[in-house]
Amino acid sequence: MYFQRKNRIGIILCGIFVFSILIVSRAWGNELDEVIGHLGSKKIKEIKQAIQDIARMDQPQVLPTLFALKDRHLRVDEQGQLFILSDDETTLINAITKEKVSAEDRQLRIPRINNSVRRLLSPVIAQLQLQSDDPSIRLEAAKELSRKGKLTEDAVLAIRVGIHKEQNRKIKNILHLALARIDLASGDMDQRIRAIERIGEAGNLQFKSVLEKILIQNEDASYPEPEERIRQAAKKAIAAINLKQTIVTQAGNLFYGLSLGSVLLLTALGLAITFGLMGVINMAHGEMLMLGAYSTYVIQNIFNTYLPNYFDWYPLFAIPVAFFVTAIVGIILERTVIRHLYTRPLETLLATWGVSLIIIQTVRLIFGAQNVEVANPNWLSGGIEVMPGLVLTYNRIAIIIFAVLVVFLVWYILQRTRLGLQVRAVTQNRSMAASMGISTAKIDMWAFGLGSGVAGLGGVALSQLTNVGPELGQLYIIDSFMVVVLGGVGKIIGTVVGALGLGIANKFLEPVSGAVLGKIFILIFIILFIQKFPQGIFSLKGRDVEN
Amino acid sequence: MKQRIHEMHTPKGWGLMGLMGSIMIIAVPLLNILPSSESFFYIPDYLVTLFGKILCYALVALALDLVWGYTGILSLGHGLFFALGGYAMGMHLMRNIGTEGVYKSALPDFMVFLDWKELPWYWHGFDKFPFAMLMVILVPGVLAWVFGFFAFRSRIKGVYFAIVTQALTFAAMLLFFRNNTGFGGNNGLTDFKRILGFSLQDPSTKLGLYVLTGLVLIIFYIFARFIVTSKLGRIIRAIRDAENRVIFSGYDAFKFKLFIWTLSAVVCGIAGALYVPQVGIINPSEMQPSNSIEIVIWVAIGGRGTLLGPILGAIVVNGAKSWFTVAYPEFWLYFLGGLFVLVTVFLPRGLIGILSQKNKEPLRGRT
Amino acid sequence: MQKIYETSDFYFVAFLHSKGVSDDDILEQYTPFGHSDYQTIVANIKKFAAKKQTAVISTINGDSNVPFYKELANQGIKAEDIPVIAFSVGEEELRGVDTSSLVGHLAAWNYFMSIETPENKKFIAKWKDYVKKHNLPGGEKRVTNDPMEATYIGMHMWAQAVEQARTTNIDAVRQALGHQTFRAPSGYTITMDAKNHHLHKPVIIAEIRADGQFDIVWETEGPIRAEAWSPYLPDSAKKVADWTYPWVSGNGTEPRFSD
Repeated sequence: MYFQRKNRIGIILCGIFVFSILIVSRAWGNELDEVIGHLGSKKIKEIKQAIQDIARMDQPQVLPTLFALKDRHLRVDEQGQLFILSDDETTLINAITKEKVSAEDRQLRIPRINNSVRRLLSPVIAQLQLQSDDPSIRLEAAKELSRKGKLTEDAVLAIRVGIHKEQNRKIKNILHLALARIDLASGDMDQRIRAIERIGEAGNLQFKSVLEKILIQNEDASYPEPEERIRQAAKKAIAAINLKQTIVTQAGNLFYGLSLGSVLLLTALGLAITFGLMGVINMAHGEMLMLGAYSTYVIQNIFNTYLPNYFDWYPLFAIPVAFFVTAIVGIILERTVIRHLYTRPLETLLATWGVSLIIIQTVRLIFGAQNVEVANPNWLSGGIEVMPGLVLTYNRIAIIIFAVLVVFLVWYILQRTRLGLQVRAVTQNRSMAASMGISTAKIDMWAFGLGSGVAGLGGVALSQLTNVGPELGQLYIIDSFMVVVLGGVGKIIGTVVGALGLGIANKFLEPVSGAVLGKIFILIFIILFIQKFPQGIFSLKGRDVEN
Repeated sequence: MKQRIHEMHTPKGWGLMGLMGSIMIIAVPLLNILPSSESFFYIPDYLVTLFGKILCYALVALALDLVWGYTGILSLGHGLFFALGGYAMGMHLMRNIGTEGVYKSALPDFMVFLDWKELPWYWHGFDKFPFAMLMVILVPGVLAWVFGFFAFRSRIKGVYFAIVTQALTFAAMLLFFRNNTGFGGNNGLTDFKRILGFSLQDPSTKLGLYVLTGLVLIIFYIFARFIVTSKLGRIIRAIRDAENRVIFSGYDAFKFKLFIWTLSAVVCGIAGALYVPQVGIINPSEMQPSNSIEIVIWVAIGGRGTLLGPILGAIVVNGAKSWFTVAYPEFWLYFLGGLFVLVTVFLPRGLIGILSQKNKEPLRGRT
Repeated sequence: MQKIYETSDFYFVAFLHSKGVSDDDILEQYTPFGHSDYQTIVANIKKFAAKKQTAVISTINGDSNVPFYKELANQGIKAEDIPVIAFSVGEEELRGVDTSSLVGHLAAWNYFMSIETPENKKFIAKWKDYVKKHNLPGGEKRVTNDPMEATYIGMHMWAQAVEQARTTNIDAVRQALGHQTFRAPSGYTITMDAKNHHLHKPVIIAEIRADGQFDIVWETEGPIRAEAWSPYLPDSAKKVADWTYPWVSGNGTEPRFSD
């Protein structure tokens, strides 16, 4: 009942509001300035009150000040005047008079806000943004408002005005959805049913509990909701939400699996090249990943110091650097250690483990044992919401694309270049290749460099996802082994199938069994799989393969 | 019989072994008990425990050498068998605490902490010492037998076998980390009070455990010597060098491999069981893949394919570790990594290769 | 309520139960050590939070928090919607993290580097000097944190106790430790509880700032007495921690030390 009364007032107001908006905006004048002043209060309570007052006044010119408050760019001087700090932190702009002053020699205070203030602030910002001329800003604002569970009266009012003025259908629909929860309690039967239908179409999980309340039965089997039509509509909408959520969950798992698979692929591909060629497992492979990640860190720092304006592009520059750094380390490793051990493949495994210890300790001594900070550039932060509840994050998308490119690159080198041809020949039959005049020692060196370089590329990808620290490689080495063993050696396709298969299986298993048991199951599966296919999914057939 | 003894060692060899054995199990304890604590020759209690620990490692190294050095099967998962033996012993010691734990409960402390009301079924029987000892042998033994049965039957070899064993110990580690698995989660089992009525805090108990470890090592050394000088020993070396030819000659290589593999796992379990009361704790970090690789390192550095080598390797590496991690902690990994690279590249026979002048012939086989 | 951890903590769940939170409203998730793929877990959190106002209690070990927070931020979860409170993230851990996506998430400690007291200024200056003198990696960027403050207090108290007892004998120092006080960097005079030998410390909850430091949002009036055992678990509530002479944590029945 309470809501219904309020709504009627809202609808009536909505009519006059559109016409009176210009007059009102002038009328607030001084009072608005005073309210803005309270944003700099020392008391969180007063800041909150000021935000609520601003919502009531609905004046979009306050937006820069609100953003500044949110991003800690707001400053207060001793007289209580508010200033907005510019992005480069050199100039201050008076929040009310818009006067510019220098940031130096002033005793300034940052108004303290916490989550409860932020919670209040973001719907108000969205509410004010509804008046923006830019449809994309209005769209984001409408989405933000539709996500909020409870709307203030002021927000509801602003949304109604927004719907009234809005020409863009998409934005209009989202605004209607934002109001659906309130319309649901309206007295108008058609409006209620429309609201339920909108909720069903949107398929948003957060509305499910609202709808479920409609269907709750009293103890005497009667319903508190007397209208059969409403209950039917609610049932239908819940079914629609459930269906959509199933799709979202499965699509999500598939995406997560693909992205985990791509990470595995990037970490294992280099190993597959060296393993396929020489039949040895390079235990320092994980450290190549780590060096690739640290190369990214160093490049990031250089950009930060010398090219701050191009900071966003540092990962692109880090890719070739990481490749060459790790390729060179790989070549040095091959020339100094592995070369001596060709007749003793198992010992290579052990010697390279010694090398990995040395690399880890060296990195520790240079960069410290602590993790180092690698920041995501803006274009790799955030994500795109393809369906309600399913966000594809940009860094994961980028890594999937990157993995595809790297696989293509490796495929091209191995299948379409002279070096690749020789590498394949050596892989299939080393002594036959040698007697055909191929310098196997040289091929080994280049192939090892390639494998290590590709691992470096994997390191660039990892730096965008996880910690960069000296032990980074150790965390991925076992997974890389599993991929190679599962996929078989000598063919890229084996590694691709192995990595994606493991990634997807892991992600479909995880919701059912939990992350820990899921991982254990996967390992046991691989152990069993090897019993049946000792050479992996794709194995080379040939006389030389057996021993 | 006499001839068999002679085959195992020359008289000089037996004498040398007896000398080293008596230093280990007679001289060290005497130097711990007799001299005053100020004396130059005095071996303090903490060193006795450290020696005991290292002897356990030597036992593991010897066991691994039988499968790797002699049979050519590289395992990167021997830490698992060691840990399983340790856990079986740890469970017994845990049950032996009785109600003296922090919580004064008949249940082990960590179960009280997790709010468990009764003992899980797989903990039953571990309060009895003979049963626990049986488990020390059976748990690693059966696991190794089952795993080996399938792996050797499918003829998984070389690098593949190494990786699969690594996956096995890694999976087990994840499993043991879970609190719900019922082995104390990441804290493992600790706070032991006594073994067979002797207090574990008592220096004399520790000395006793040390001597026992030394004895087990000597016995197993003689047993291993017996194996490698027997016909069985010749067959497993043949398997290492050319498995296909052994099969074509009519031997069932599968059975020999399975036997040596299981034996080795059991000995690792025994080593783990000796280790736990001396160190006072067992937790899943013993199953870390890197721990198993370290075992391989001891064998390689000491000299694989010999019986003295692994023991020497375990002693040298762990002795160096104890000293380095105190004196130059930042350079320990350089030392270990460097030593390993140098030994594999330049000294495939390990340290023992420098000492022994007898075997000049090149190392054969595919490792 | 949602918890994510690597090792379980029954005290939390028992506490939540005692506050009337039903099992339906608690979701527990575990990950293996060193886990770095939090896609599924974050998706689960979102799903869970769609129903009710949710907070996440994370007992993830220091390192793995980074991929977790990154995934949270990238999937569009903000601290204002679903705050995460972590117990193992402090200034030192955040040094290796791009904190821009973590702003507003919470941490609970007894000390933060951003506390403004003369004692803390001195403490930080001492640490900076030490870093400079020993040329530690990280240099200027090195920070102080709660474990460092705790160690600092602990060493001072131990030294005081040794001076009082005039010996380093363990039992004697143990007896002398109770009642020791020390003016800590947090600005409070910290006391060691004579009975359970835990420190009386302030409890502070703070929000992560973009610069890797913390804004204090809540703190106790002053130092509070630490409970050795949880009163929320029936079995635990019965237990005592008592180190006053002649007891040794209530485990011993005979005096372990007499003068």
